[in-house]
Amino acid sequence: MNWLTNFIRPKIRSIVEAKEIPDNLWQKCPSCEGMLFHRDLAEAMNVCYHCGHHMKVPVKQRLQSLFDEGSWKEITVPRVPFDPLKFKDRKRYADRLKETRVKTGREDAILVAKGTMDGLPVVIAAFDFDFMGGSMGAAVGEGLVVAAEHAVKTGAALIAIPASGGARMQEGAISLMQMPRTIIAANMVKDAGLPYLVLLTDPTTGGVSASFAMVGDIHIAEPGCMIGFAGKRVIQETIREELPPNFQTAEYLQEHGMVDLVVPRKELRATLIRLLDLSMRKMRDPRQRLGGGDGDNAGGKGGRVAGKSGGGIKAKITRAKTGAKPANVNSASRKKKAA
Amino acid sequence: MSKLEFEKPILELEAKIAELRNVSSDSTVNISEEIGRLQIKADRLLTQTYSKLTAQQKVLVARHQDRPHFLDYIKGCIEDFTPLAGDRNFGEDQALIGGLGRLMGRSVVIMGQEKGNDTDSRIRHNFGMARPEGYRKAIRLMELAEQYQLPIVTLVDTAGAYPGVGAEERGQAEAIARSIEKCLNVKVPLVSVIIGEGGSGGAIAIASADRIFMLEHSIYSVISPEGCASILWRSAANANDAAAALKMTAEDLLELKLIDGIIPEPLGGAHRQKDEMIKTLATQVNKSLSELTPWDGAKLVRRRQQKFIDMGRAA
Ligand SMILES: [Zn+2]
Repeated sequence: MNWLTNFIRPKIRSIVEAKEIPDNLWQKCPSCEGMLFHRDLAEAMNVCYHCGHHMKVPVKQRLQSLFDEGSWKEITVPRVPFDPLKFKDRKRYADRLKETRVKTGREDAILVAKGTMDGLPVVIAAFDFDFMGGSMGAAVGEGLVVAAEHAVKTGAALIAIPASGGARMQEGAISLMQMPRTIIAANMVKDAGLPYLVLLTDPTTGGVSASFAMVGDIHIAEPGCMIGFAGKRVIQETIREELPPNFQTAEYLQEHGMVDLVVPRKELRATLIRLLDLSMRKMRDPRQRLGGGDGDNAGGKGGRVAGKSGGGIKAKITRAKTGAKPANVNSASRKKKAA
Repeated sequence: MSKLEFEKPILELEAKIAELRNVSSDSTVNISEEIGRLQIKADRLLTQTYSKLTAQQKVLVARHQDRPHFLDYIKGCIEDFTPLAGDRNFGEDQALIGGLGRLMGRSVVIMGQEKGNDTDSRIRHNFGMARPEGYRKAIRLMELAEQYQLPIVTLVDTAGAYPGVGAEERGQAEAIARSIEKCLNVKVPLVSVIIGEGGSGGAIAIASADRIFMLEHSIYSVISPEGCASILWRSAANANDAAAALKMTAEDLLELKLIDGIIPEPLGGAHRQKDEMIKTLATQVNKSLSELTPWDGAKLVRRRQQKFIDMGRAA
């Protein structure tokens, strides 16, 4: 804990009450209204250290917190047609898009990255909520397709991290078509026998929730994050009923069978690694691969059988060996295989 | 019968013709010449009006209560229709109806949203807004089609999936996602027609098909013009602007290469000549099914998925 937090905070707190918050140093927790010092908040990965409320976290910081050594390589998403509808509301979509690109330094609302998690190959497709509310248009859809293609090609797991209000209205029906497109992407990964995990973050709604985000092998959600199809206001206007208190939260969805795990941000990396390690076991240790041999001496034989057929599993194992080193590869089985 | 504001001059002419017809049958005066003249005028006006409907006018036509609805098509062109009910999990959703039947001699699984046409039926069908049970029933029917090796026809007419507490509770998003997924993976031919309103996720849930058609005056959009206007213009009063900006007409979607074709409507819209509309739709769907019948399941799925992957990509 730094000296500023320890010694200055009470003073600042009184200043705060006088409504003279130094903009950059302190902010109020939107949930408990407790004052949060920027450096401490950053250290806590934007989780309120008074009440545990999870605030949004910038996409790059998110990736840093998940990948090994906080490093990854960005995968370029091919360009999609620019403003295909020539959409204009009170402002032109073309202008909005250009401005947002300048402001965020990003082409669109998705970042596709590859790296490793505890040595296992992983592709992450993460939404940037700061880019037009993370809305899903053709570029975002393309990002998920590219991420899936890359995961299949390299035998990596795919983790999708939505943070999105839904479809990008300014791309009309094109944005609607991203629902089937992203579901096809998810299926590519599943069909290859690779894990497709979804980390639901605040918010995951509309066309994003009703597509790739809800067809994961495993759904993990950050505490308190909003997940749902229809917006609360729309529901209230339609039914004119009281909404349940924790309606459309991660916990509510877990209760109703839609989310496997609700995991605090600081435990996410460890949880994801545990899941990847368990689900990609055959990559770590070929002897655990099912059906590869005659039951005796499964490890060595399995490896050779796969090698002869030139099948996908062998290819994946090879890549895992030559790429970033898996932490727990059984060296005996590797030697056997090489022999 | 609800009246469309922009049809007023046409309706006035039609009323006048009807009046003259009455007179001419009652009296000896021959006014058939006058009737003929007015009829030509009315037809010309109808042609003119319907050839250049604005987006917002299309929205009104697409939602017209006298437009043929799902059950009208069933009555009009499906023999031996046998509705199947329930998702085998929670309940039955009458907003999305489906079952087995015969289209021009061909056994099919057919399903779609039904909006209803009076207060009772509208409530029974929840105005065509399906809940998760509806989409899970759709999945069940698609699986059945696969088992029986029957092609699937879906007729889409919905403002959207139902936004309610129960629907959210039971996983509306997941139900829609799974229904889309089933459409994309089903190993039998799947032909979809947007017959009225193609409202967002609730529509595409059963329309991720091998062949997607829109009726000439139907609409298909990611959000209703009212919803879009209230978000982007901060006023639902700008629905006209939103309707145009969203490019939601059949012509727009064909130009964007998001649909495979437009099924023409009778002069003056489907609500004027229901029988003709139903016949035209049946013929087109049957033609598409004939084209798709020789394809094996794997090829169908591959082509279907490739079609969607190619959508909206740079040429
Ligand atoms: Zn707090």
